[in-house]
Amino acid sequence: MAARIQIPREARRGDVIEVRILIQHPMETGYRHDDVGHLIKRNVIKVLSCRYNGVEVFRADLSSGISANPYVQFYTVAEASGNLEFTWIDDEGERGAERQPIVVKG
Amino acid sequence: MRRAGLALAAAALAAGVALAQERAIPPGELKSGSAFLGTDLRALQNDDFANPGMLWVESGEKIWREPAGKKSIACAGCHKDRSMRGVAANYPKIEKASGKLVNLEGRINLCRTERMGAEPLRYESEELLALTAYLARQSLGVPIATRIDGAARVHFEAGRASYHLRRGQMNLSCAHCHDAQWGKRLLSEIISQGHPNAYPAYRMEWQTMGSLERRLRACLSGIRAEMLPYGAQESLDLELFLAWRAQGLPIETPGVRR
Repeated sequence: MAARIQIPREARRGDVIEVRILIQHPMETGYRHDDVGHLIKRNVIKVLSCRYNGVEVFRADLSSGISANPYVQFYTVAEASGNLEFTWIDDEGERGAERQPIVVKG
Repeated sequence: MRRAGLALAAAALAAGVALAQERAIPPGELKSGSAFLGTDLRALQNDDFANPGMLWVESGEKIWREPAGKKSIACAGCHKDRSMRGVAANYPKIEKASGKLVNLEGRINLCRTERMGAEPLRYESEELLALTAYLARQSLGVPIATRIDGAARVHFEAGRASYHLRRGQMNLSCAHCHDAQWGKRLLSEIISQGHPNAYPAYRMEWQTMGSLERRLRACLSGIRAEMLPYGAQESLDLELFLAWRAQGLPIETPGVRR
């Protein structure tokens, strides 16, 4: 499961920063049928969470209403240099993780 | 009288043929498919980060550098750091060794089987879409410059015939919508000019990336015609004709489409 994360490389302490993540995932709704008529099992990312230096700053419970390859955007406050670490898990139990460093000045 | 009628019919036919040889859409009026999108989808396509097609471009870059096949050589092993910019704009193209027409997907698979000793990638597989998207992305903004002279001529003519062939239960040819009715509405959608410059593209209807051939099949299914198998000669010929029709339009892979 590939993912892309975009945050500013550098920020000043106290700045509100935009965090964007795009995850490659089929987000199978469980309502679709394959070519021979069998129901395709539901498989969506259940939980997406973001930790900033170990502290959870964002968590989302996604559902079958979210499109494939979900894109999520939120804001947080730059507090210290370190990592934003994303983790997610889908219905099949497959986990994904991706991190992005940030340098905070001042 | 009868002879005059025949002559008139022959003249009309000749005029029709002459017209068909000119571009139905003059270069000044060429519009990429993105011009027919809503502002939201256009913004998504132009956003280098949020454009979901970029996921495939990124994984394509990884595959490009990964050694594969019996010779354990990567695409980057031969092509080194040479820029691939502009390459995609020349496809479909006559492959010198075999004299056959190949599209970008076909070229990638030729490299795999002949130079890397690897299995060809299946059409619409994630890997082939990723590699094609990665290559085409490097020609971002490069105008399509496919050649239709020499050995390509016969394929171009076949492609043009295919484009103008009425098919399916609706008895429509490509030209009926994309030459004669573009800009008008078909239910909730605006009919585009049918250009290939954004493919492989991420289509909302598919919720994934798809090749130009998949898009052609979607059109064929829409007019209730028999779908062309992936990699069919007729598809390739049609792709060449479409590229000629779109000559001068800049490549914008990965496009985002409805």
